[in-house]
Amino acid sequence: MKQITVISGKGGTGKTSVTAAFASLSTNAVLADCDVDAADLHLILKPKIKKTIGFHGLKIASIDKETCIDCKKCYTNCRFDAIDEDINLIKESCEGCGVCEYVCPVDAIKMVDRDSGFSYISETRFGPMAHAKLNTSEEASGKLVTEVREQAKKIAEEKNKDLIIIDGPPGIGCPVISAISGVDLVLIVTEPTLSAIHDLERILGVTEHFNIPSIVCINKFDINSENTQKIKDYCKDNDISVVGLLPYDTVVTDAMVQEKTVIEYSKGVLSDNLLNMWNKIKKKMDL
Amino acid sequence: MIISVASGKGGTGKTTIATNLALSLKQTQFIDCDVEEPNANIFFKAKIDERKDVTVEIPIIDDEKCDYCGKCSQFCTYNALAVVPSKVLVFPELCHSCRGCGLVCPKSAISWGKRSVGTIEHGVVDGVDFYHGLLHVGEIQTIPVIKALKKKIDKTKNVILDAPPGTSCPVIETVGISDYCILVTEPTPFGLHDLKLAVEVVKQLKIPFGVIINRDGVGDKKVEHFCQSEKITILLKIPHSTEIAHLYSKGIAFACELKEWDDEFKNLFHKIQEEIKK
Repeated sequence: MKQITVISGKGGTGKTSVTAAFASLSTNAVLADCDVDAADLHLILKPKIKKTIGFHGLKIASIDKETCIDCKKCYTNCRFDAIDEDINLIKESCEGCGVCEYVCPVDAIKMVDRDSGFSYISETRFGPMAHAKLNTSEEASGKLVTEVREQAKKIAEEKNKDLIIIDGPPGIGCPVISAISGVDLVLIVTEPTLSAIHDLERILGVTEHFNIPSIVCINKFDINSENTQKIKDYCKDNDISVVGLLPYDTVVTDAMVQEKTVIEYSKGVLSDNLLNMWNKIKKKMDL
Repeated sequence: MIISVASGKGGTGKTTIATNLALSLKQTQFIDCDVEEPNANIFFKAKIDERKDVTVEIPIIDDEKCDYCGKCSQFCTYNALAVVPSKVLVFPELCHSCRGCGLVCPKSAISWGKRSVGTIEHGVVDGVDFYHGLLHVGEIQTIPVIKALKKKIDKTKNVILDAPPGTSCPVIETVGISDYCILVTEPTPFGLHDLKLAVEVVKQLKIPFGVIINRDGVGDKKVEHFCQSEKITILLKIPHSTEIAHLYSKGIAFACELKEWDDEFKNLFHKIQEEIKK
Protein backbone atom coordinates (compact mmCIF):
# COMPACT_ATOMS: atom_id res chain seq x y z
CA MET A 1 0.00 0.00 0.00
CA LYS A 2 1.33 3.44 -0.97
CA GLN A 3 0.69 6.94 0.34
CA ILE A 4 0.69 10.36 -1.31
CA THR A 5 0.23 13.68 0.53
CA VAL A 6 -0.91 16.88 -1.16
CA ILE A 7 0.53 19.99 0.54
CA SER A 8 1.38 23.56 -0.45
CA GLY A 9 3.25 25.62 2.13
CA LYS A 10 1.02 28.61 1.41
CA GLY A 11 -2.68 28.15 2.10
CA GLY A 12 -5.37 28.50 -0.53
CA THR A 13 -3.40 27.35 -3.56
CA GLY A 14 -5.86 24.55 -4.36
CA LYS A 15 -4.74 21.49 -2.33
CA THR A 16 -8.24 20.32 -1.52
CA SER A 17 -9.66 20.84 -5.04
CA VAL A 18 -6.75 18.80 -6.47
CA THR A 19 -7.17 16.08 -3.81
CA ALA A 20 -10.90 15.87 -4.52
CA ALA A 21 -10.17 15.51 -8.25
CA PHE A 22 -7.76 12.65 -7.47
CA ALA A 23 -10.47 11.03 -5.35
CA SER A 24 -12.76 10.83 -8.37
CA LEU A 25 -9.94 9.57 -10.64
CA SER A 26 -8.67 6.88 -8.27
CA THR A 27 -10.14 3.41 -8.40
CA ASN A 28 -8.87 1.69 -5.27
CA ALA A 29 -7.90 4.35 -2.72
CA VAL A 30 -8.65 5.51 0.82
CA LEU A 31 -9.02 9.28 1.27
CA ALA A 32 -7.64 11.02 4.35
CA ASP A 33 -8.24 14.66 5.26
CA CYS A 34 -5.28 15.63 7.44
CA ASP A 35 -5.99 19.37 7.48
CA VAL A 36 -7.69 18.83 10.84
CA ASP A 37 -7.59 22.53 11.73
CA ALA A 38 -9.78 23.66 8.85
CA ALA A 39 -10.92 20.50 7.11
CA ASP A 40 -12.77 21.13 3.83
CA LEU A 41 -12.54 17.91 1.80
CA HIS A 42 -15.78 16.61 3.33
CA LEU A 43 -17.66 19.55 1.75
CA ILE A 44 -17.04 17.95 -1.66
CA LEU A 45 -16.89 14.25 -0.81
CA LYS A 46 -19.96 14.33 1.49
CA PRO A 47 -18.86 11.40 3.65
CA LYS A 48 -21.40 9.25 5.48
CA ILE A 49 -19.92 8.76 8.93
CA LYS A 50 -19.74 5.09 9.96
CA LYS A 51 -17.70 5.42 13.12
CA THR A 52 -16.81 8.32 15.45
CA ILE A 53 -13.81 8.10 17.76
CA GLY A 54 -13.16 10.60 20.57
CA PHE A 55 -9.76 12.25 20.46
CA HIS A 56 -7.83 13.31 23.55
CA GLY A 57 -4.81 15.45 22.87
CA LEU A 58 -2.51 16.60 25.63
CA LYS A 59 -3.79 16.34 29.20
CA ILE A 60 -4.96 19.46 31.00
CA ALA A 61 -4.61 20.62 34.59
CA SER A 62 -7.68 20.68 36.80
CA ILE A 63 -7.38 22.81 39.95
CA ASP A 64 -9.44 22.12 43.07
CA LYS A 65 -9.75 25.57 44.64
CA GLU A 66 -11.19 24.13 47.89
CA THR A 67 -8.01 22.17 48.60
CA CYS A 68 -5.62 24.86 47.26
CA ILE A 69 -3.60 26.65 49.99
CA ASP A 70 -2.50 29.43 47.65
CA CYS A 71 1.24 28.63 48.00
CA LYS A 72 1.65 29.68 44.33
CA LYS A 73 4.17 26.92 43.59
CA CYS A 74 2.19 25.96 40.49
CA TYR A 75 2.16 29.58 39.33
CA THR A 76 5.91 30.03 39.74
CA ASN A 77 6.82 26.67 38.16
CA CYS A 78 4.56 26.75 35.10
CA ARG A 79 6.71 27.56 32.06
CA PHE A 80 3.69 28.21 29.83
CA ASP A 81 2.05 30.99 31.88
CA ALA A 82 -1.01 28.77 32.05
CA ILE A 83 -1.79 29.52 35.72
CA ASP A 84 -2.31 33.12 36.80
CA GLU A 85 -1.39 34.66 40.15
CA ASP A 86 -4.85 33.97 41.55
CA ILE A 87 -4.37 30.29 40.64
CA ASN A 88 -6.81 30.20 37.76
CA LEU A 89 -6.03 27.95 34.81
CA ILE A 90 -5.63 29.60 31.41
CA LYS A 91 -6.89 26.67 29.38
CA GLU A 92 -5.51 27.77 26.00
CA SER A 93 -1.96 28.01 27.37
CA CYS A 94 -1.77 24.66 29.21
CA GLU A 95 0.48 22.17 27.40
CA GLY A 96 -0.29 19.30 29.78
CA CYS A 97 3.25 18.79 31.15
CA GLY A 98 2.12 17.91 34.69
CA VAL A 99 4.63 20.14 36.54
CA CYS A 100 1.87 21.88 38.52
CA GLU A 101 0.45 18.54 39.66
CA TYR A 102 3.94 17.48 40.75
CA VAL A 103 4.84 20.62 42.73
CA CYS A 104 1.46 21.01 44.47
CA PRO A 105 2.03 20.11 48.16
CA VAL A 106 -1.64 19.41 48.88
CA ASP A 107 -2.67 17.43 45.77
CA ALA A 108 -5.06 20.14 44.63
CA ILE A 109 -4.16 19.67 40.96
CA LYS A 110 -4.89 16.66 38.81
CA MET A 111 -3.98 16.16 35.17
CA VAL A 112 -7.12 15.06 33.34
CA ASP A 113 -8.04 14.02 29.79
CA ARG A 114 -9.10 16.83 27.53
CA ASP A 115 -11.73 16.36 24.84
CA SER A 116 -9.86 17.71 21.85
CA GLY A 117 -12.02 16.57 18.97
CA PHE A 118 -13.11 13.53 16.99
CA SER A 119 -11.80 11.34 14.24
CA TYR A 120 -14.19 9.67 11.82
CA ILE A 121 -14.28 6.68 9.51
CA SER A 122 -16.67 7.27 6.64
CA GLU A 123 -17.83 6.08 3.27
CA THR A 124 -17.90 8.36 0.20
CA ARG A 125 -18.96 7.89 -3.42
CA PHE A 126 -15.25 7.39 -4.22
CA GLY A 127 -14.44 4.95 -1.43
CA PRO A 128 -13.64 5.03 2.27
CA MET A 129 -12.42 8.18 4.01
CA ALA A 130 -10.71 8.98 7.31
CA HIS A 131 -11.13 12.50 8.65
CA ALA A 132 -11.36 14.49 11.86
CA LYS A 133 -12.50 17.60 13.60
CA LEU A 134 -10.17 19.33 16.03
CA ASN A 135 -12.08 21.44 18.54
CA THR A 136 -11.27 25.11 18.02
CA SER A 137 -8.42 26.53 20.14
CA GLU A 138 -6.97 23.06 20.71
CA GLU A 139 -3.34 22.03 20.63
CA ALA A 140 -1.90 18.76 19.36
CA SER A 141 -3.21 18.90 15.81
CA GLY A 142 -0.10 16.93 14.82
CA LYS A 143 -1.24 14.11 17.07
CA LEU A 144 -4.71 14.12 15.48
CA VAL A 145 -3.14 14.04 11.99
CA THR A 146 -1.24 10.91 13.04
CA GLU A 147 -4.50 9.43 14.36
CA VAL A 148 -6.29 10.05 11.01
CA ARG A 149 -3.40 8.44 9.13
CA GLU A 150 -3.52 5.40 11.42
CA GLN A 151 -7.26 5.01 10.74
CA ALA A 152 -6.70 5.35 6.99
CA LYS A 153 -3.99 2.68 7.09
CA LYS A 154 -6.25 0.32 9.01
CA ILE A 155 -9.06 0.71 6.45
CA ALA A 156 -6.61 0.28 3.56
CA GLU A 157 -5.38 -3.00 5.03
CA GLU A 158 -8.87 -4.28 5.83
CA LYS A 159 -10.27 -3.41 2.41
CA ASN A 160 -7.19 -4.22 0.36
CA LYS A 161 -6.73 -0.71 -0.99
CA ASP A 162 -3.46 0.05 -2.74
CA LEU A 163 -3.27 3.81 -2.12
CA ILE A 164 -3.97 6.44 0.54
CA ILE A 165 -4.52 9.97 -0.76
CA ILE A 166 -3.85 12.51 1.99
CA ASP A 167 -5.03 16.14 1.91
CA GLY A 168 -2.44 17.97 4.00
CA PRO A 169 -2.47 21.19 6.04
CA PRO A 170 -0.79 24.49 5.06
CA GLY A 171 2.46 25.65 6.65
CA ILE A 172 5.70 23.84 7.43
CA GLY A 173 5.27 23.03 11.15
CA CYS A 174 4.05 20.20 13.34
CA PRO A 175 0.83 19.16 11.51
CA VAL A 176 2.57 19.21 8.11
CA ILE A 177 5.46 17.09 9.32
CA SER A 178 2.94 14.60 10.78
CA ALA A 179 1.08 14.51 7.44
CA ILE A 180 4.16 13.78 5.30
CA SER A 181 6.37 11.58 7.47
CA GLY A 182 6.92 8.21 5.85
CA VAL A 183 4.78 8.78 2.72
CA ASP A 184 5.97 7.62 -0.70
CA LEU A 185 5.39 10.89 -2.51
CA VAL A 186 4.50 14.50 -1.73
CA LEU A 187 2.71 16.65 -4.29
CA ILE A 188 3.18 20.36 -3.67
CA VAL A 189 0.48 22.57 -5.18
CA THR A 190 1.82 26.05 -5.78
CA GLU A 191 0.80 29.13 -7.79
CA PRO A 192 2.82 31.74 -9.68
CA THR A 193 2.79 34.44 -6.98
CA LEU A 194 5.89 35.63 -5.11
CA SER A 195 4.28 34.57 -1.81
CA ALA A 196 3.66 31.02 -3.02
CA ILE A 197 7.16 30.74 -4.48
CA HIS A 198 8.67 31.86 -1.15
CA ASP A 199 6.57 29.25 0.66
CA LEU A 200 7.37 26.56 -1.90
CA GLU A 201 11.08 26.98 -1.22
CA ARG A 202 10.49 26.58 2.53
CA ILE A 203 8.28 23.49 2.21
CA LEU A 204 10.77 21.88 -0.19
CA GLY A 205 13.36 22.46 2.54
CA VAL A 206 11.16 20.41 4.87
CA THR A 207 10.61 17.50 2.44
CA GLU A 208 14.34 17.45 1.73
CA HIS A 209 15.14 17.53 5.47
CA PHE A 210 12.97 14.43 5.97
CA ASN A 211 14.10 12.87 2.71
CA ILE A 212 10.63 12.54 1.14
CA PRO A 213 10.37 12.50 -2.68
CA SER A 214 8.49 15.59 -3.90
CA ILE A 215 6.90 16.77 -7.12
CA VAL A 216 5.26 20.09 -7.97
CA CYS A 217 2.06 21.22 -9.66
CA ILE A 218 1.57 24.87 -10.66
CA ASN A 219 -2.06 25.90 -10.23
CA LYS A 220 -3.38 28.99 -12.07
CA PHE A 221 -0.12 28.88 -14.06
CA ASP A 222 -1.47 31.40 -16.58
CA ILE A 223 -2.03 34.30 -14.13
CA ASN A 224 1.67 35.28 -14.24
CA SER A 225 3.81 33.56 -16.87
CA GLU A 226 7.02 35.17 -15.65
CA ASN A 227 6.57 33.67 -12.17
CA THR A 228 5.55 30.30 -13.66
CA GLN A 229 8.87 30.27 -15.49
CA LYS A 230 10.65 31.13 -12.22
CA ILE A 231 9.06 28.09 -10.54
CA LYS A 232 9.97 25.83 -13.46
CA ASP A 233 13.58 27.05 -13.38
CA TYR A 234 13.80 26.65 -9.63
CA CYS A 235 12.44 23.10 -9.81
CA LYS A 236 14.80 22.22 -12.66
CA ASP A 237 17.80 23.52 -10.70
CA ASN A 238 16.74 21.42 -7.73
CA ASP A 239 15.92 18.30 -9.72
CA ILE A 240 12.21 18.34 -8.90
CA SER A 241 9.70 17.48 -11.61
CA VAL A 242 6.78 19.75 -12.40
CA VAL A 243 4.04 17.21 -13.14
CA GLY A 244 1.14 19.54 -13.83
CA LEU A 245 0.21 22.98 -15.11
CA LEU A 246 -3.38 23.85 -14.28
CA PRO A 247 -5.00 26.89 -15.91
CA TYR A 248 -7.04 29.42 -13.89
CA ASP A 249 -10.67 28.41 -14.33
CA THR A 250 -13.85 29.51 -12.58
CA VAL A 251 -15.14 25.91 -12.80
CA VAL A 252 -13.13 25.21 -9.63
CA THR A 253 -15.40 27.49 -7.59
CA ASP A 254 -18.50 26.48 -9.56
CA ALA A 255 -17.83 22.80 -8.88
CA MET A 256 -17.24 23.58 -5.18
CA VAL A 257 -20.58 25.40 -4.96
CA GLN A 258 -22.26 22.33 -6.52
CA GLU A 259 -20.40 20.03 -4.05
CA LYS A 260 -18.73 18.22 -6.93
CA THR A 261 -15.14 17.52 -7.92
CA VAL A 262 -13.83 19.38 -10.98
CA ILE A 263 -13.66 16.03 -12.83
CA GLU A 264 -17.35 15.34 -12.14
CA TYR A 265 -18.41 18.88 -12.95
CA SER A 266 -16.60 19.70 -16.17
CA LYS A 267 -15.06 18.08 -19.21
CA GLY A 268 -12.83 21.06 -20.03
CA VAL A 269 -9.08 21.70 -20.28
CA LEU A 270 -8.63 21.76 -16.51
CA SER A 271 -10.09 18.27 -16.14
CA ASP A 272 -7.85 17.02 -18.97
CA ASN A 273 -4.78 18.47 -17.27
CA LEU A 274 -5.77 16.96 -13.93
CA LEU A 275 -6.18 13.54 -15.55
CA ASN A 276 -2.85 13.90 -17.30
CA MET A 277 -1.16 14.79 -13.99
CA TRP A 278 -2.88 11.89 -12.22
CA ASN A 279 -1.54 9.44 -14.81
CA LYS A 280 1.98 10.79 -14.36
CA ILE A 281 1.70 10.38 -10.58
CA LYS A 282 0.42 6.81 -10.93
CA LYS A 283 3.41 6.01 -13.10
CA LYS A 284 5.82 7.59 -10.62
CA MET A 285 4.28 5.57 -7.81
CA ASP A 286 4.17 2.30 -9.78
CA LEU A 287 0.40 2.03 -9.40
CA MET B 1 -4.81 49.54 19.47
CA ILE B 2 -3.84 46.02 18.40
CA ILE B 3 -5.66 44.65 15.33
CA SER B 4 -5.19 41.00 14.34
CA VAL B 5 -5.96 39.69 10.85
CA ALA B 6 -6.97 36.00 10.77
CA SER B 7 -8.98 33.66 8.55
CA GLY B 8 -9.38 29.95 9.30
CA LYS B 9 -8.86 29.03 5.65
CA GLY B 10 -5.46 29.77 4.16
CA GLY B 11 -4.98 31.94 1.09
CA THR B 12 -8.05 34.13 1.55
CA GLY B 13 -6.05 37.37 1.70
CA LYS B 14 -4.91 37.93 5.30
CA THR B 15 -1.53 39.28 4.31
CA THR B 16 -3.05 41.38 1.51
CA ILE B 17 -5.43 43.10 3.93
CA ALA B 18 -2.88 43.44 6.71
CA THR B 19 -0.11 44.95 4.55
CA ASN B 20 -2.43 47.32 2.68
CA LEU B 21 -3.93 48.53 5.95
CA ALA B 22 -0.49 49.15 7.45
CA LEU B 23 0.80 51.01 4.38
CA SER B 24 -2.31 53.20 4.20
CA LEU B 25 -2.05 54.20 7.86
CA LYS B 26 1.73 54.76 8.12
CA GLN B 27 3.19 55.14 11.62
CA THR B 28 2.12 51.62 12.50
CA GLN B 29 3.82 48.57 13.84
CA PHE B 30 3.36 45.41 11.78
CA ILE B 31 4.13 41.95 13.11
CA ASP B 32 3.89 38.91 10.80
CA CYS B 33 3.04 36.05 13.18
CA ASP B 34 2.75 33.39 10.48
CA VAL B 35 6.18 32.07 11.40
CA GLU B 36 5.81 28.93 9.28
CA GLU B 37 5.24 30.82 6.03
CA PRO B 38 5.76 34.57 6.57
CA ASN B 39 4.93 36.53 3.41
CA ALA B 40 4.38 40.13 4.51
CA ASN B 41 7.90 41.28 3.73
CA ILE B 42 7.41 40.29 0.10
CA PHE B 43 5.08 43.34 0.03
CA PHE B 44 6.96 45.65 2.43
CA LYS B 45 10.46 44.87 1.15
CA ALA B 46 11.89 46.18 4.43
CA LYS B 47 15.67 46.01 4.75
CA ILE B 48 16.40 43.81 7.76
CA ASP B 49 18.43 45.78 10.30
CA GLU B 50 18.19 43.49 13.31
CA ARG B 51 18.11 39.71 13.68
CA LYS B 52 17.62 37.71 16.87
CA ASP B 53 17.84 34.01 17.52
CA VAL B 54 14.84 32.40 19.29
CA THR B 55 15.92 29.66 21.65
CA VAL B 56 14.17 27.17 23.91
CA GLU B 57 15.55 25.35 26.94
CA ILE B 58 16.52 21.71 26.70
CA PRO B 59 17.78 19.37 29.43
CA ILE B 60 21.47 18.50 29.68
CA ILE B 61 22.21 15.35 31.65
CA ASP B 62 25.27 15.21 33.89
CA ASP B 63 26.51 11.62 33.43
CA GLU B 64 28.61 11.88 36.61
CA LYS B 65 25.55 12.53 38.80
CA CYS B 66 22.89 10.48 36.92
CA ASP B 67 22.19 6.99 38.27
CA TYR B 68 19.71 6.10 35.48
CA CYS B 69 16.73 5.81 37.83
CA GLY B 70 14.40 6.67 34.93
CA LYS B 71 12.21 9.18 36.83
CA CYS B 72 12.79 11.90 34.22
CA SER B 73 11.60 9.78 31.31
CA GLN B 74 8.60 8.52 33.32
CA PHE B 75 7.59 12.10 34.02
CA CYS B 76 8.09 13.48 30.50
CA THR B 77 4.70 13.50 28.82
CA TYR B 78 6.28 14.37 25.44
CA ASN B 79 8.60 11.31 25.30
CA ALA B 80 11.60 13.61 24.98
CA LEU B 81 13.75 11.49 27.31
CA ALA B 82 14.52 7.78 27.26
CA VAL B 83 16.69 5.98 29.81
CA VAL B 84 18.63 2.92 28.69
CA PRO B 85 20.84 0.92 31.11
CA SER B 86 23.75 3.35 31.19
CA LYS B 87 22.61 6.35 29.22
CA VAL B 88 19.86 8.98 29.06
CA LEU B 89 18.83 9.81 25.52
CA VAL B 90 17.43 13.31 24.95
CA PHE B 91 15.23 14.04 21.89
CA PRO B 92 15.41 17.85 21.82
CA GLU B 93 12.82 18.34 19.06
CA LEU B 94 10.13 16.69 21.24
CA CYS B 95 10.95 18.72 24.37
CA HIS B 96 8.44 21.42 25.40
CA SER B 97 10.87 22.99 27.94
CA CYS B 98 8.56 22.43 30.93
CA ARG B 99 11.52 21.67 33.25
CA GLY B 100 9.60 18.76 34.81
CA CYS B 101 12.52 16.35 34.37
CA GLY B 102 14.77 18.65 36.39
CA LEU B 103 12.19 18.87 39.18
CA VAL B 104 11.80 15.11 39.54
CA CYS B 105 15.50 14.22 39.27
CA PRO B 106 16.63 13.01 42.74
CA LYS B 107 20.33 13.55 41.91
CA SER B 108 20.09 17.11 40.52
CA ALA B 109 21.76 15.77 37.41
CA ILE B 110 19.85 18.00 34.99
CA SER B 111 20.86 21.49 33.91
CA TRP B 112 19.59 23.63 31.03
CA GLY B 113 21.02 24.33 27.64
CA LYS B 114 19.66 26.29 24.71
CA ARG B 115 18.40 25.17 21.34
CA SER B 116 17.59 27.50 18.45
CA VAL B 117 14.12 27.04 16.90
CA GLY B 118 13.83 30.17 14.77
CA THR B 119 14.78 33.80 14.27
CA ILE B 120 12.95 37.11 14.46
CA GLU B 121 13.87 39.99 12.20
CA HIS B 122 13.18 43.73 12.21
CA GLY B 123 13.15 46.47 9.59
CA VAL B 124 11.55 49.86 8.92
CA VAL B 125 9.79 50.82 5.70
CA ASP B 126 7.47 53.73 4.80
CA GLY B 127 6.79 54.54 8.45
CA VAL B 128 5.99 50.91 9.27
CA ASP B 129 7.94 49.35 12.13
CA PHE B 130 8.16 45.78 10.83
CA TYR B 131 8.85 42.43 12.51
CA HIS B 132 8.52 38.86 11.34
CA GLY B 133 9.54 35.46 12.64
CA LEU B 134 10.96 32.49 10.78
CA LEU B 135 10.58 29.01 12.18
CA HIS B 136 13.62 26.92 11.22
CA VAL B 137 12.86 24.43 8.45
CA GLY B 138 12.11 20.99 9.94
CA GLU B 139 11.23 22.51 13.33
CA ILE B 140 7.83 22.23 15.09
CA GLN B 141 8.06 24.77 17.96
CA THR B 142 6.07 27.66 16.47
CA ILE B 143 4.78 29.05 19.79
CA PRO B 144 8.17 30.19 21.20
CA VAL B 145 8.81 32.16 17.97
CA ILE B 146 5.38 33.83 18.16
CA LYS B 147 5.96 34.61 21.86
CA ALA B 148 9.30 36.24 21.01
CA LEU B 149 7.52 38.41 18.41
CA LYS B 150 4.78 39.41 20.87
CA LYS B 151 7.42 40.80 23.24
CA LYS B 152 8.20 43.38 20.53
CA ILE B 153 4.69 44.88 20.58
CA ASP B 154 4.84 48.66 21.05
CA LYS B 155 1.53 49.65 22.65
CA THR B 156 2.06 53.35 21.94
CA LYS B 157 1.48 52.56 18.25
CA ASN B 158 -1.32 51.06 16.24
CA VAL B 159 -0.24 47.44 15.88
CA ILE B 160 -1.28 45.04 13.11
CA LEU B 161 -0.77 41.32 13.67
CA ASP B 162 -0.86 39.04 10.61
CA ALA B 163 -1.99 35.65 11.95
CA PRO B 164 -1.28 32.16 10.60
CA PRO B 165 -4.16 30.18 9.03
CA GLY B 166 -6.17 27.60 11.00
CA THR B 167 -7.91 27.66 14.37
CA SER B 168 -5.47 26.01 16.76
CA CYS B 169 -2.67 27.09 19.09
CA PRO B 170 -0.61 29.44 16.86
CA VAL B 171 -3.80 31.37 15.94
CA ILE B 172 -4.92 31.68 19.58
CA GLU B 173 -1.44 32.84 20.54
CA THR B 174 -1.69 35.65 17.96
CA VAL B 175 -5.34 36.70 18.08
CA GLY B 176 -5.64 36.33 21.87
CA ILE B 177 -3.93 39.64 22.70
CA SER B 178 -5.64 41.81 20.09
CA ASP B 179 -8.31 44.46 20.73
CA TYR B 180 -10.05 43.68 17.45
CA CYS B 181 -9.86 40.89 14.91
CA ILE B 182 -10.46 41.15 11.16
CA LEU B 183 -11.55 37.80 9.69
CA VAL B 184 -10.80 37.57 5.98
CA THR B 185 -12.83 35.13 3.93
CA GLU B 186 -13.89 34.40 0.36
CA PRO B 187 -17.47 33.79 -0.82
CA THR B 188 -17.07 30.04 -1.44
CA PRO B 189 -18.22 26.94 0.48
CA PHE B 190 -14.65 26.38 1.79
CA GLY B 191 -14.41 30.04 2.80
CA LEU B 192 -17.74 29.92 4.64
CA HIS B 193 -17.01 26.65 6.43
CA ASP B 194 -13.66 27.88 7.74
CA LEU B 195 -15.07 31.34 8.57
CA LYS B 196 -17.57 29.68 10.90
CA LEU B 197 -14.69 27.94 12.71
CA ALA B 198 -12.77 31.22 12.98
CA VAL B 199 -15.88 32.99 14.35
CA GLU B 200 -16.10 30.28 17.02
CA VAL B 201 -12.50 31.03 18.04
CA VAL B 202 -12.85 34.83 18.32
CA LYS B 203 -16.14 34.41 20.22
CA GLN B 204 -14.43 32.03 22.68
CA LEU B 205 -11.66 34.58 23.13
CA LYS B 206 -14.29 37.36 23.53
CA ILE B 207 -12.58 39.60 20.98
CA PRO B 208 -14.71 42.00 18.91
CA PHE B 209 -14.47 41.18 15.21
CA GLY B 210 -15.70 41.93 11.72
CA VAL B 211 -15.45 40.24 8.34
CA ILE B 212 -13.83 41.23 5.05
CA ILE B 213 -15.04 39.39 1.96
CA ASN B 214 -12.21 39.07 -0.55
CA ARG B 215 -12.73 38.12 -4.24
CA ASP B 216 -16.35 39.19 -3.93
CA GLY B 217 -18.33 38.06 -6.98
CA VAL B 218 -17.00 34.50 -7.26
CA GLY B 219 -18.83 31.59 -5.64
CA ASP B 220 -22.16 32.31 -3.96
CA LYS B 221 -23.87 34.66 -1.47
CA LYS B 222 -23.85 32.34 1.54
CA VAL B 223 -21.05 34.14 3.41
CA GLU B 224 -23.07 37.36 3.28
CA HIS B 225 -26.22 35.59 4.42
CA PHE B 226 -24.32 33.99 7.29
CA CYS B 227 -22.95 37.36 8.43
CA GLN B 228 -26.40 38.97 8.22
CA SER B 229 -28.12 36.23 10.20
CA GLU B 230 -25.36 36.20 12.84
CA LYS B 231 -25.30 40.03 12.96
CA ILE B 232 -21.61 40.13 12.07
CA THR B 233 -20.32 43.40 10.59
CA ILE B 234 -19.04 43.14 7.04
CA LEU B 235 -16.26 45.72 7.13
CA LEU B 236 -15.32 45.66 3.46
CA LYS B 237 -15.79 43.77 0.22
CA ILE B 238 -12.94 43.54 -2.24
CA PRO B 239 -14.15 42.53 -5.69
CA HIS B 240 -12.62 39.67 -7.63
CA SER B 241 -10.24 41.52 -9.96
CA THR B 242 -7.48 40.29 -12.25
CA GLU B 243 -5.68 43.61 -11.73
CA ILE B 244 -5.51 43.08 -7.95
CA ALA B 245 -4.56 39.41 -8.41
CA HIS B 246 -1.79 40.36 -10.80
CA LEU B 247 -0.37 43.02 -8.44
CA TYR B 248 -0.48 40.42 -5.65
CA SER B 249 1.40 37.89 -7.76
CA LYS B 250 4.19 40.44 -8.23
CA GLY B 251 4.39 41.25 -4.51
CA ILE B 252 2.81 44.71 -4.74
CA ALA B 253 0.37 45.99 -2.10
CA PHE B 254 -2.50 47.03 -4.39
CA ALA B 255 -3.52 50.16 -2.45
CA CYS B 256 -0.11 51.64 -3.33
CA GLU B 257 -1.04 51.46 -7.04
CA LEU B 258 -4.79 52.02 -6.95
CA LYS B 259 -5.36 55.31 -5.11
CA GLU B 260 -9.06 54.79 -4.38
CA TRP B 261 -8.13 51.73 -2.31
CA ASP B 262 -5.72 53.72 -0.16
CA ASP B 263 -8.75 55.73 1.02
CA GLU B 264 -10.79 52.54 1.48
CA PHE B 265 -8.16 51.16 3.88
CA LYS B 266 -8.03 54.44 5.81
CA ASN B 267 -11.83 54.22 6.11
CA LEU B 268 -11.52 50.61 7.24
CA PHE B 269 -9.39 51.73 10.16
CA HIS B 270 -11.93 54.39 11.19
CA LYS B 271 -14.72 51.84 10.93
CA ILE B 272 -12.84 49.50 13.27
CA GLN B 273 -12.34 52.36 15.77
CA GLU B 274 -16.11 52.96 15.66
CA GLU B 275 -16.82 49.23 16.06
CA ILE B 276 -14.68 49.03 19.20
CA LYS B 277 -16.53 51.98 20.78
CA LYS B 278 -19.85 50.14 20.36
